[in-house]
Amino acid sequence: MLEVKNIDVFYGDVQVIWDVAFEVKKGEVVALIGANGAGKSTTLKTVAGILRPKKGEITFEGVSINKIEPYKLIETGLALCPEARRLFVEMTVEENLDMGSLRGEAKKQRQKTKEMVFDLFPRLSERRRQLAGTLSGGEQQMVAVGRGLMALPKLLMFDEPSLGLAPILVREIFDVIKKIRQEGTTVLIVEQNTKQTLSIADRAYVLETGKITLQGTGQALLNDEHVKKAYLGV
Amino acid sequence: MTSVQIEVFLQTLIAGLLLGGLYALIGLGMTLIMGVMKIINLAHGELMMVAMYIAYWMFVLFHIDPYLSIFIATPILFLIGIALQKFLINPVLKVESILPENQVILTVGIGMVLANLATLFFKSDYRSTPVDYATNAFYLSDFWKTSPIELSLSVPWTVSFVFAVIITISLWFFLAKTDTGKSIRATAQDTDAALLMGVNVKLMRVVTFGIGAGLVGAAGCLFLPIYYLFPSLGGQFTLIAFVITILGGLGSTIGAIIGGLILGVFESMTATYVGMGWAPVGRFVIFVVCLIFLPGGVASILKRKRLGK
Repeated sequence: MLEVKNIDVFYGDVQVIWDVAFEVKKGEVVALIGANGAGKSTTLKTVAGILRPKKGEITFEGVSINKIEPYKLIETGLALCPEARRLFVEMTVEENLDMGSLRGEAKKQRQKTKEMVFDLFPRLSERRRQLAGTLSGGEQQMVAVGRGLMALPKLLMFDEPSLGLAPILVREIFDVIKKIRQEGTTVLIVEQNTKQTLSIADRAYVLETGKITLQGTGQALLNDEHVKKAYLGV
Repeated sequence: MTSVQIEVFLQTLIAGLLLGGLYALIGLGMTLIMGVMKIINLAHGELMMVAMYIAYWMFVLFHIDPYLSIFIATPILFLIGIALQKFLINPVLKVESILPENQVILTVGIGMVLANLATLFFKSDYRSTPVDYATNAFYLSDFWKTSPIELSLSVPWTVSFVFAVIITISLWFFLAKTDTGKSIRATAQDTDAALLMGVNVKLMRVVTFGIGAGLVGAAGCLFLPIYYLFPSLGGQFTLIAFVITILGGLGSTIGAIIGGLILGVFESMTATYVGMGWAPVGRFVIFVVCLIFLPGGVASILKRKRLGK
C-alpha cells in the first residue's frame, strides 16, 4: 500500500535520513521505533509531504506521491496524527473534527463520520462545544485521533500518540489503535514506547541515526537481543 | 453631576462608540492578516486611502453614494490585496534573508508607493465628499418628547456604524461557520497542522490578505462621508490599526473589536475632557499602558477566562 523507496532527507544541508526503505501492506499495523533524534518523525513528515526527499521515491497505492502538494495528500487516503497532537486549540472539539474532513468524500460523509467518532470517544461528544485547548492531555489525544479518522483514511499514521500521557491513557490509545485496525484502516505508527508498540505491531522497523538497522515482526523484535538491550532496558 | 455634565458624558461616550465601531473594522483587517501571516501590514491605512479615493471619484463622477461604493471598493480592494500578496509579498517570503521582517518592510514600501501615487494623480488637496446628509442628525427629543437630557446622533456616523456592525457580523459568520473561514482560523493557529488537514495554506494566505484589504476598503467607504480625504491620511490609520491590533491581542478578532471600541471611547473622552488636539496623545498613552500592563492585549484576558484560570 505504502512504499518508501530508499529516501534521503535533509534539513538544510544536514542529512538526517539515509537510504530509508520500508513498506506498509494493506491491513497491517507497522511500527517505526527508535530513540530520540533517530529520524522517525522526520520520516513520517516526509511521507506526509511536509518535507521532501532529496533522493528516492514514495508511492501510495502504486502512485508516486513525492510531487503531490501536501494539502492534496489527505484526499488520496493518507492521514497523519501529528506529534504533540497539534490541535487547533482555540477551536471547539467539533470544529477540530470538521477540519479533518475538508475535502472530497470525507466532507460528504462528515456528519456520519462524526457520529462514529463520538461513538468511539463518548467523552468528546459531551465536550463537543468546548475549546480543544481546555481539554486534558488524554482528551486532546482523542480529538487528534478523531480528527485523523474524519478524513476516512485508508492509511492512518500516528506520530508518538502516547507522548505526554499517563500509562492508563496510553493503554487506552493503543486499544483504540487496535480497534481502528479491526475496522479496516491500515496503521503506521511511530513510537518511543517500544514495548507496547511492538506488541500491537505486525511488523516493525528500528531506526537508528537516520538508518534502518533492524526489521521483523513485532514479536521477533520484542525478543531481539539488541532491541531488548537498547530499547526495552532488560 | 448636573444634567449638562451627564449630557456631555453620554454624548462623548456615544461619539466614542460610533468611532470605535469603525476603528474595529480597520483593526479587524490588520489583525486577520497578522494572525494568518504573522506580519503587520503597514500599508493598511494606505489601502484604506485607495478605497476612499475610489469611493470619492464614484461620488463625484457618477453620483454613487459612498455607502453604495462599499460594494464597488471592497471587491476592488480584495483583488488589490490578493495581487499584492501573490506578486509582491509571497516572492519575498521565499527569500531566505537575515531579516525575517522583510515582508513588513515591504509593506512599508507598498504604502509609500500608494501614498505618493495618490499625490501624483490627485494632488495633496484636502477633499471632502459633499453628501447631502453630512450634517443631519437624529435627536433624542424627536423620539422621546419629555426626555430630561438632549442627545444627538449624527446621521452619517450612525449609518457608518451600523454598516460596520453588519460587516463585522458577516465576517464572524464567515470565520465561524464556513469551511473556508475555519481553514483561515486553523492556518492562523497551526500552519503545519492545517496543511496536514488538507488546507491549501498558500491560498489561505492570499485570500486572507484579500479579505483584510477588503475590510479596510469597506472602512474607507464608511469614513468618507465623515472625514477629509488626502493622499497621506493612510499613515495615521495604519497607526490606529496597529494600536488596535496590539490592544486586542495579536491575531484575535474579538480582541480587535473590543480594542477598537476602547480606543474610540478613549480618544473621544480625551478630546472632550483634555482637549481636541490631545486625542492622538490619548491613543498612544493607552498603547504604552497596554504594552506595559497587558502585553497580551484583550485576547489574553478572554483566553484566561475561557481556560478557567
